[in-house]
Amino acid sequence: MGILEVKDVGKRFGGLQALGDVNLNVEENTVHAIIGPNGAGKSTLLNVLVGKLIPDSGSVLFDGQSVLGRTPHDINQMGISRVFQTPEIFGDLDVMENVMIPCFAKRDGAFALNGYGSVASHTDIREKAEQMLADVNMLEKRNMQASSLSRGDKRRLEMAMCLVQDPKLLLLDEPTAGMARADTNNTIDLLKEIKEKRDITMAIIEHDMHVVFSLAERITVLAQGTPLVEDTPENIKGHPKVQEAYLGQAHD
Amino acid sequence: MFGLNKKDTTLFIIVAAMTLLAPFILNPFPTDSALAQFNAGYPDLMQRFVIFGILAIGFNILFGLTGYLSFGHAAFLGVGSYSAVWMFKLLSMNIIPAIILSVIIAGLFALVIGYVSLRRSGIYFSILTLAFAQMSFNLAYSVLTPITNGETGLQITLDDPRVLGVSVAENGNPPVTNLFGLEMRETFTLDLGAWAFQFNIGFYVCALIMLAAFYVSVRIFRSPFGLMLRAVKSNQHRMNYTGLSTRPYTLAAFVISGMYAGLAGGLMASMDPLAGAERMQWTASGEIVLMTILGGAGTLLGPVLGAGFIKYFENIFSKINDNILHTWFAIMPDGLEDLLVTIVHPFVGKGWHLTLGLLFMLVVTFLPGGLVEGGQRIAKALSRKKKDEPKTPDASE
Ligand SMILES: Nc1ncnc2c1ncn2[C@@H]1O[C@H](COP(=O)(O)OP(=O)(O)OP(=O)(O)O)[C@@H](O)[C@H]1O
Ligand SMILES: [Mg+2]
Repeated sequence: MGILEVKDVGKRFGGLQALGDVNLNVEENTVHAIIGPNGAGKSTLLNVLVGKLIPDSGSVLFDGQSVLGRTPHDINQMGISRVFQTPEIFGDLDVMENVMIPCFAKRDGAFALNGYGSVASHTDIREKAEQMLADVNMLEKRNMQASSLSRGDKRRLEMAMCLVQDPKLLLLDEPTAGMARADTNNTIDLLKEIKEKRDITMAIIEHDMHVVFSLAERITVLAQGTPLVEDTPENIKGHPKVQEAYLGQAHD
Repeated sequence: MFGLNKKDTTLFIIVAAMTLLAPFILNPFPTDSALAQFNAGYPDLMQRFVIFGILAIGFNILFGLTGYLSFGHAAFLGVGSYSAVWMFKLLSMNIIPAIILSVIIAGLFALVIGYVSLRRSGIYFSILTLAFAQMSFNLAYSVLTPITNGETGLQITLDDPRVLGVSVAENGNPPVTNLFGLEMRETFTLDLGAWAFQFNIGFYVCALIMLAAFYVSVRIFRSPFGLMLRAVKSNQHRMNYTGLSTRPYTLAAFVISGMYAGLAGGLMASMDPLAGAERMQWTASGEIVLMTILGGAGTLLGPVLGAGFIKYFENIFSKINDNILHTWFAIMPDGLEDLLVTIVHPFVGKGWHLTLGLLFMLVVTFLPGGLVEGGQRIAKALSRKKKDEPKTPDASE
C-alpha cells in the first residue's frame, strides 16, 4: 500500500486524451520521479492530485482517503504541497512573509480570524520561517520583495514555502528548470538533506536527468498520457522503450 | 505602545494630535481676513472630515488589502444612517444604541451582499456590488417607503415613541441627539485675538471614534489576518495550494469594511438625525473610491488624507463665487481682473468637480501611491541629505 495510489485516472481536453488510464503507486518515504516528453501529461497528473482538475474517470487515494472532489486547500491540509512549473509565490510580499503564510496555514488551518498581535509577535512562526530560509540559503534575502527575486530564487522560495509545511507528500514540477548548474546542485543537496532529516515522500517531475538519477528511487515514464514503464533508475536507464520515447529524444 | 510598533505608535500619535487639534489647524486665518473663506474649522465640516475618514479607513481594509474594489459601499453608509434614525425614533436620542445598531445592521447587510458578490472577482465583483447598491438605493426610494420615508427621507418627529426618552423636548421641539445628556450640537467658541476657534461636542465624539477605528485598522494591517488579506491580493492561487481558503478571508474583510461604513452612517445621523436615500447612490460610492485612491490605497494614512482632501474641496472650493474672485483680483487693472475671473471661474464654485478631477488625474498619473507617496517622496528628498536609512516598504505609512 503506497501513500499515494492513482488508479485508472483518465482526463480529456476536448479531443485530446491528456491522461489515459494512469496507474501510479508512490511508496511512503521514497522519491518517485515522473518523466516523459513535453505534453506527456505530467503536469495534468499533478493537477488532478492537488484538486485543480477533476479527472473523467479513476480514483486517487492519499493516505487511504480519496482526494477527488476536495478543494485544493483541503488537499493541502491533508498533507500535500506542490511546487509549480512556473513559480507561484506572493510577489507583492517580502520573502519572510512568503514563508510565514504557509506556517500560519499549517498552524491555524484554512481560515482563522487571527487579528491578535502583529505578525512578528508570533515567535514560533517567525523562528520556523527563519530556520527554513536558512536551510535554503535565503536568510539574507528575507526582506526582499519576492517578485524582485531571480527565477532560480523564486523556485527556491516556493520550495521553502512547501517544505516549511512539513508535508507528507511533496510534489515538485520541474523544480530546477531555469536554475544555474550550481543552484541545481544545491537543490539536489537540499532535497537529499530534507529526505534524510524527516519522513517525506516526494513525487518529482523533471527533464534534467542529472537531477532525476541523483534523487529518484523509482521512476515512472509517461508518454502521451499513459505510463510506459515503472522501474528503478538502473533499469530505466537501459530500457529500450524509454530510450526510444524519451531519453533518445532528449540526448540527441 | 498598545501593541503597536514604534513607527506605528508615532504615526498614531501624529494622527491623534492632528485630529484633536483640528479646530486650530483648520482655522489658520483670522475671522475677518480675506482668506477666512479657506478656513474649515466649522463644526459640521470637521464632523464630515472625520466621519468620511472612518468610511475611507474601512474601505481601505477591503480595497487596500485584498484589492477587491467595491463600488457599493455607500449602501452600507445609508443602511447605517437609517438604522440610527430608527433608534432615535423608537428608543432614545442617545447616540450609543443608535451607533451600535448601525454597525450591526450594516454588518449583516454586508454579509449578504458580500456572500453573493465575492463569488466573482475583478470587474465582475465591482459590478455586482454596484448593482446591489443601486438596488438598495431604489428600494429605499420607492418600495421601502414605510421604512425609509422615500424621497423626503427619514426624520425624527414629535409623535415618535422614544420609549427610553421623551417624544417632545421641553421647548416643544423634537429632542436633540446626545451622549448621556451631552448634546452633539453643543459648541464652545474660543475667541483668541482675531481668531474664533470652535469646539464642538459632536466633532470630538466622532474624532475619538475615528481614532479608535484607525487604531483597529492599524492592528488589522499588522496582524496575521491582515497578512492573509494581502496574500489574497497578491496570489489567490498560491493561497489555495497553501491550504488557505480565500473566500472567508475576503468575506471577513468585506463585512468589517461594511461595518466601518455603517458606523460612519450612524455617526452622520447622530450629528444630524435624518437619513435620505441619496446617501446610497452610486456617486457616493464612487466618492469613497476616489478618497482612498487619492490618499493612497493600502496605506494606513492615505484614506484619512484623501477623505479630508475631497471634503475640503467640496465644501471650500464650491463656495467661491465670482464676487469673491473679483475681490481677490481687485488690485489688477479692470480688463485683466475680468479676464482672470473668467479663467478661474470654471474651476471654483460649481466647477469644483473640475478642479478635483484634474487633481485626481495628476495624482494618479504622477503619484500612483497617492498623497502618501507624495509625502514619502518629500520626506525622502529631505532625509537623503542626512543619511541613508533602510526603509521598510509599503503599508508602513
Ligand atoms: N487546461 C487545459 N486545457 C486544455 N488542454 C490542456 C490543459 N492542460 C493541459 N492541456 C494539454 O494536455 C497535454 C498535457 O499537458 P501537460 O501540461 O500535462 O504536459 P507536461 O507533461 O507537463 O509537459 P511539459 O513537460 O511541457 O510541462 C498537452 O497537450 C496540453 O496542451
Ligand atoms: Mg508540465
